[in-house]
Amino acid sequence: MKYSSQKVAMPYFIAALALFFGQIVFGLIAGLQYLDGTFLFPDLPFNVTRMSHTNLLIVWLLMAFMGAAYYIVPEEAQTELYSPKLALVTFWVFLAAAALTLAGYLFVPYSQLAAMTGDAILPTMGRGYLEQPLPTKIGIVLVALSLLFNVTMTLIKGRKTSLNLILIGSLWGLALLFLPAFYFPDDTVKASYGWWWIVHGWVEGDWELILGALLGFILIKMTGVDREIVEKWLYIIIAMTLMTGIIGIGHHYYYIGAPAYWIWLGSIFSALEPIPFLLLVAFAFKMLLQRRREHPNKAAMLWALATPIVAFLGAGLWGFMITLAPVQYYTHGTNFTAAHGHLAFFGAYAMVSLSIISYAMPLLRGREANSPSAQRWEMTGFWIMVFSMIVITLALTGAGIVTAFLQRSGDNPLGFMQVQDKERVFFWIREFAGLGFFSGLLVYLGSFFISGEYDYASEAKQALSA
Amino acid sequence: MQQVFTKSMARNIFLGGAAFFLIIYLVLTYDSWQQIPKRDHADQMTPAVIAGKYLVDTHDCIGCHTINGEGSYYAPELGNVYKRRGGAFIEAWIRAQPTGVAGRRQMPQFNFTQSQLDDIVAYLKWLSNIDTNNWPPNIQG
Repeated sequence: MKYSSQKVAMPYFIAALALFFGQIVFGLIAGLQYLDGTFLFPDLPFNVTRMSHTNLLIVWLLMAFMGAAYYIVPEEAQTELYSPKLALVTFWVFLAAAALTLAGYLFVPYSQLAAMTGDAILPTMGRGYLEQPLPTKIGIVLVALSLLFNVTMTLIKGRKTSLNLILIGSLWGLALLFLPAFYFPDDTVKASYGWWWIVHGWVEGDWELILGALLGFILIKMTGVDREIVEKWLYIIIAMTLMTGIIGIGHHYYYIGAPAYWIWLGSIFSALEPIPFLLLVAFAFKMLLQRRREHPNKAAMLWALATPIVAFLGAGLWGFMITLAPVQYYTHGTNFTAAHGHLAFFGAYAMVSLSIISYAMPLLRGREANSPSAQRWEMTGFWIMVFSMIVITLALTGAGIVTAFLQRSGDNPLGFMQVQDKERVFFWIREFAGLGFFSGLLVYLGSFFISGEYDYASEAKQALSA
Repeated sequence: MQQVFTKSMARNIFLGGAAFFLIIYLVLTYDSWQQIPKRDHADQMTPAVIAGKYLVDTHDCIGCHTINGEGSYYAPELGNVYKRRGGAFIEAWIRAQPTGVAGRRQMPQFNFTQSQLDDIVAYLKWLSNIDTNNWPPNIQG
């Protein structure tokens, strides 16, 4: 840590991890409700569990991205953050808004929440990931504006690296792409078409730029590779992201009422969307091989190298499996999509967040790296979480395939609930893997409580005596 | 190689490529906007359909169900439910919730009035006539 104002990143990272914990708890409940439909009903209907699970995901990722921005932007700009105080106030506003919104979900029936918060004036509620009441959505915009103002002012007064330009540019993109959340036309097809501007625009577009910037920063710092090389790679990767992903949005338009030409356009371009993820893998390992130093934070290096791999599997491979129109005809709206969603969100965005946290938190706590024993805990948590998420993905994939065969094809297709009953074994596997993930998360979080820092002298002595 | 392909060339490919495809997308979206009202029969969006849609949104139906494959995978597809079940069944079903059958997935009781139920059915009927390129593959959704 080179500038004291970078310290404002710390509350963001801590809150991100706390919200991550909450997300997993709701995930476990949702998984159990798949198996026992009366579990916690009617106090916690499935839709409320689900919106809590998904909204906590988005909020903790945004928390992590914001923390990352407050950490990276001053260091790249080689100047203090424009206003650390504003960043701290923004943090508390965002956290309070998130807590109030969650309380609203849990304790007020959704239709009543809509009535209380002025949804009739400007309808925005009732769409996946965008369930937030109007005041929360306005709050998100204000928080984003505060962040953008702060980091942009920092950039203006400091050094303008390509990495910082990509990071801040993509944060502007994130905020701009949220604005269609206020556009919810009566025409369901147009509403759905526009909903993807946000969802696809974020996860298959803009957020990949953020992912690239965060990973690029970590790799510059940890490998000591020349930033010119890193930044050139980044531009190529994000160029591929947008050149495939913008028209690739068409893979969401096949079967929602949009014109038929999207079947061709979406299939061709979205089939190319794994390319930037593949490049990201190549980039990370090339930087590793060209490294000019051995960074003592092995845990952060593990996260940073694994992120592109798991992102490639989840976003690239699992996305590709269901992206071609003839395949999606059978898998659209099944748990195959959920499988892809889980591994992609985790591999790309959760893992890059945990990467930057792993790299920056020890520095924020005044040490270059954690003690080897703390790192061992962190890496154990890493392996348990990654392995569990892969099992969750395989289980949901199994369930999706069963639906494709029994409900979507054949001469005597079965009804929805009948098919769901036949998938119970997969839902059980998913739930047990979820418990595995939860235990991995506990181990990971536990690593933060192991004191001590990385001691070069004793490590060197140990290495020599071995 | 480093001299042949510079960082600023990479940046220009990024900016130019992004702008190029964004313009194509905007043109295609303009065209889609002209076609969608024909494909979904926007002229048949009566006040009842619009009211029904608002009820479906504000009760977060897609928190469990899917509409044309979008939403959650906890409960059946609603895009073609009107064709699968018919209006009378849908109304009776919503009224009868929750079933309370042990272990079965439960749907809350929303206490809709008769006119609200009519609106919801009107919306579901409108949904079932959208040209979705023949999706879902069969009536089961």
